[in-house]
Amino acid sequence: MDTKEVNSASTPLIISDGCCVHFGNIPALESVNFSINKGKKVAVVGPNGGGKSTLFNVLAGLIPLTEGSLTIEGKSPSEVKGKVSYVPQKDLINWNFPLSVKQVVEMGLTTRNSFALFSRNKVNEKIKKALEDVGLLEKINKSIKNLSGGQLQRVLIARALAQDSEILLLDEAFSAVDIGAQEDIMQLIDNINLDGKTILIATHDVNNLEEKFDEVLCLNKHCCAYGDPAEVLTPEVIEEMYGSHNSLLNNKAHFNNEGSSND
Amino acid sequence: MIEILLDPFRYDFMIRSLITAFASGAMLSLLGPFTINRNMGFMADAMAHATLPIIAVGVFLGFSISELGVPAAILIAIFLGLIIKNTNVGEDTAIGIIFSSFFALGFVLISLLNVTVNLEDLLFGQILAVNISDVYIVVSLLILVILVTVIYFKQLLFYSFDPIGAEVKGLNTTFLNYLFLILLSIAIVGSLQTVGIILVLSMLIIPAAAAKLVTETFTVSIGVSVLFGTISSITGLYLSYFLNLPSGPSMSLVATTIFVFAFLSKKIREKGSLATVTVS
Repeated sequence: MDTKEVNSASTPLIISDGCCVHFGNIPALESVNFSINKGKKVAVVGPNGGGKSTLFNVLAGLIPLTEGSLTIEGKSPSEVKGKVSYVPQKDLINWNFPLSVKQVVEMGLTTRNSFALFSRNKVNEKIKKALEDVGLLEKINKSIKNLSGGQLQRVLIARALAQDSEILLLDEAFSAVDIGAQEDIMQLIDNINLDGKTILIATHDVNNLEEKFDEVLCLNKHCCAYGDPAEVLTPEVIEEMYGSHNSLLNNKAHFNNEGSSND
Repeated sequence: MIEILLDPFRYDFMIRSLITAFASGAMLSLLGPFTINRNMGFMADAMAHATLPIIAVGVFLGFSISELGVPAAILIAIFLGLIIKNTNVGEDTAIGIIFSSFFALGFVLISLLNVTVNLEDLLFGQILAVNISDVYIVVSLLILVILVTVIYFKQLLFYSFDPIGAEVKGLNTTFLNYLFLILLSIAIVGSLQTVGIILVLSMLIIPAAAAKLVTETFTVSIGVSVLFGTISSITGLYLSYFLNLPSGPSMSLVATTIFVFAFLSKKIREKGSLATVTVS
């Protein structure tokens, strides 16, 4: 890694300072503090209802904060929408539509202006490049009805790549796909990360995070811990997130780790 | 054969009816694939029924049903959209309440205002009564619906497939939501004289459902849906002319026949491909 890369990696890209979101009187996020540097690969873990999707919605500019601030390169998420691409949970997508893989990826290039003059060749090139990156170029004209769960996830990642944004948010990217497909998606994410993109993935799997991610953000409405997975995923933090279910963490090495939380 | 096909053209009222039938069939079946894939059939039915009080007041004030088309459609779409968004009783329940209460209000207003409308024509359509001004209005509405759908096709498709993704991408999803509701409402109100309040849903849903059975991709299904929709409306009108049948129900039944054939054709193809797999 050269000096330039080191500098960009140490620049805070996302800063959350006392970020709070309430739905009516119900808190979804309470005083969440963290700072993510450029080019990091971050796992966001926590129980159902712990605020993972809410945080992603805030980062994507979909939900306003009730209190505190969350900035991307110093601006609010709604001001920098082009910088973030979002792969939502699969069950939030209307799979009734019999679309082709190409049509789905092209959505990443759709803009608000219907009359924007894009060269058809340029659009096709971008679609092909994104599909090549996720290893699905040969499926470009296939219907999404004929794809497996893992392939669908990769098509959605290709759509996000076509947007060419700096930050990639993947909500429950590993849900409803088999272990082989999970490995493929992780490999793909590693490759995307090598291009310097910052990636946040909400996941339920808290095992072996230190092998897969640079950092982990542990959420249970508030930030239980944030930092290097090998250091912050202690039994105390796991208990704070999930209650007394320490068996969730299979890697016994963590139980001997006395590292404290960065919360 | 040609003589039989040309026979209705001897009469001006049949030429007007054929043009109106074509425009209504095309307009409804163009939006049908979006409607069925977004599971908005019930919403569309509610829109059709919600027109009744507007028609009652409009006719009382001296307007024709076609003239009421665009303003009524915009009113209904915005009103339904707002009610569904701002009530927390669930979308289906909210639509159900609007559906029945507006229909009831329509009947009460027709009675209170002493409006002279033929209820049977309103419910099941009376295309033979269209005048030249109605034809111009319905054809204009068809052109409007086609133009707006073509211009906003990619945005509408993105929003319909993945509303959250579309919003993150920076599309104006509130605008797209109301745009589609208004287009749908325009197509429905514009087709009331052709197929009526009750049967308008059949021309919206059935050609699109049949097209979905025989096509692989959404874009192709739109073209096939329009083909099925226009065939249904024109053939239904011919049947009505030659067999002296009511026009709206005839169109609806032709659409249903096409759907049955599409359904059987899909079943036969599935059986065929299963047999091929078993043999190989």
